[in-house]
Amino acid sequence: MDKIIKGRVLKLEDDIDTDSILPGRYLTLSKPEDLGKHVMEGYDLHYKDKIQEGDVIVAGSNFGCGSSREHAPIALKAAGIQAVVAKSFARIFYRNATNIGLPLVEAPNGPDEIDEEDTVEINLEDGTLIDQTKDKTYSTTKLPDFMFEILENGGLIDYLNNKND
Amino acid sequence: MSMTMSEKILAKASNNKEVEAGDIIMANIDTAMTHDLTGPLAIQSFEQINTDKIWDPEKLVVLFDHQVPADTLDAAKNHQIVREFVEQQGIKNFYDVYEGVCHQILPEKGHVLPGTVVVGSDSHTCAHGALGAFSTGIGSTDMAMVFATGQLWFKVPETIQYNITGNLQENVTSKDVVLSIIGQVGQDGATYKACEYAGSTVENMNMSQRMAMSNMAIEMGGKTGLVAPDKVTDAYLKERTDKPYTKFTTDKDASSLEIMDIDVSELEPQVACPHHVDNVKPASEVEDVELDQVFIGSCTNGRLEDLEQAARVLKGNKVKEGVRLLVIPASRTIYKQAVDEGLFDIFLDAGAIICNPCCGPCLGGHIGLIGDGEVSLSTSNRNFKGRQGSPEGKVYLSSPIVAAESAITGHITAPEKK
Repeated sequence: MDKIIKGRVLKLEDDIDTDSILPGRYLTLSKPEDLGKHVMEGYDLHYKDKIQEGDVIVAGSNFGCGSSREHAPIALKAAGIQAVVAKSFARIFYRNATNIGLPLVEAPNGPDEIDEEDTVEINLEDGTLIDQTKDKTYSTTKLPDFMFEILENGGLIDYLNNKND
Repeated sequence: MSMTMSEKILAKASNNKEVEAGDIIMANIDTAMTHDLTGPLAIQSFEQINTDKIWDPEKLVVLFDHQVPADTLDAAKNHQIVREFVEQQGIKNFYDVYEGVCHQILPEKGHVLPGTVVVGSDSHTCAHGALGAFSTGIGSTDMAMVFATGQLWFKVPETIQYNITGNLQENVTSKDVVLSIIGQVGQDGATYKACEYAGSTVENMNMSQRMAMSNMAIEMGGKTGLVAPDKVTDAYLKERTDKPYTKFTTDKDASSLEIMDIDVSELEPQVACPHHVDNVKPASEVEDVELDQVFIGSCTNGRLEDLEQAARVLKGNKVKEGVRLLVIPASRTIYKQAVDEGLFDIFLDAGAIICNPCCGPCLGGHIGLIGDGEVSLSTSNRNFKGRQGSPEGKVYLSSPIVAAESAITGHITAPEKK
């Protein structure tokens, strides 16, 4: 996994819930590519048309609140979202995204100033977030070491398998 | 060292003498639960781990409740995948499409004990905190790790204890109490924390009322929703299990404990308005909201006591023309009890539709979906945009009493003060 992530910003507000990210009617699907087709449909039926491969979502607080459905981070990742930056994340979503290898970055200050279409660079190792469009740097909350290790392995399954090899 | 209930349970589960908030621990899981919706993904992840057998087939409960009976070919296929896994792994605690909703079945069948760690691949697993278990929702990959190892890591949470006092007025229920709390603290007011409901009001509540509150801890971001085990807990468990258990309680001087005092003696019936659970108002202030559908049921309020309350209101009345009232008991046992008590006659005479035990409209993917511009009043736990179907629809949340009153009038209605 790349420790430096660079991408175009898609902005979202506070309290984006998992029903918005992936509505309940699609929970019978389990293939990432099928889930990716319906990403954000609970929020806006046509939101997925905006997404380009490698985009970074920058959102407000409590991103991913609601259901434990892992289908939500899988759908974001499959749709091409490279990472999510938010002021804060809901707990289960935070674990789920890390477990499937979708990097989440908690940045209390950045999201208020970063705009849609800006280009951001995230350094997962040293925890910096740079808005390259505005040339501003923000600090982020670093992942606990062993969560970073899960992410480095590409997710919890590979982490477990590599550990037991 | 003084500890909270969560800290004591997690210390025991991780073979530590003591733990404190912020510690990252590896806990042994006493009970795990997965269902038809998140189970297939967990199985898919488990199959990628280098192991064939789950850690302990006695400790895993598998059930179908979201899309039951199967309503699509995809659902039917998922059921087949999970049934095959159950067979392969020799899982005895399996409840197929007929039994009911996970957060009712787990305690009803004696799978939840005080002092244990319970995980479920469903966010409302926090509900089992009502029995004094550290119980929390996890995703499918975490569940795959539990399948393989019987363990899961946790960050020991801080605790926010709601010290609830005062006698509830007539027609005011535990649902109104928890909605009011969520309205006060906000939908991320307890994120990463364990919620604990305490105080004389909670001590006087039956298990059904406690479960409704514990169920909604996640709606303020809480990791679990605990109630200290007491005589009510013992009486509930006595009929369901003969297994021994440990009753932990929170030390008042625990360093990670925050206490919030709440007086509910003047509390009115509450309603959560679209599209967030913390958008809470007294029902009396939103009486102009016209309804298309009313849903009485779910893991929050589909228990016998909830149906009895709704039936008392509906008895001798008719559901307003043009309004669809769906009543869904949370389990087959409750369904039968409701039949035996004559509640179904009341519901049917009123014009309600009674469905088999399942999650119903709360999933927004099985039965009772709402269309564009439609408005639903629901006794369930979430009103997010699109939760019950169309993103152009609206969902309000209330107690079964408010829901039943509103089904009769066709608009949100606060019960009259007596």
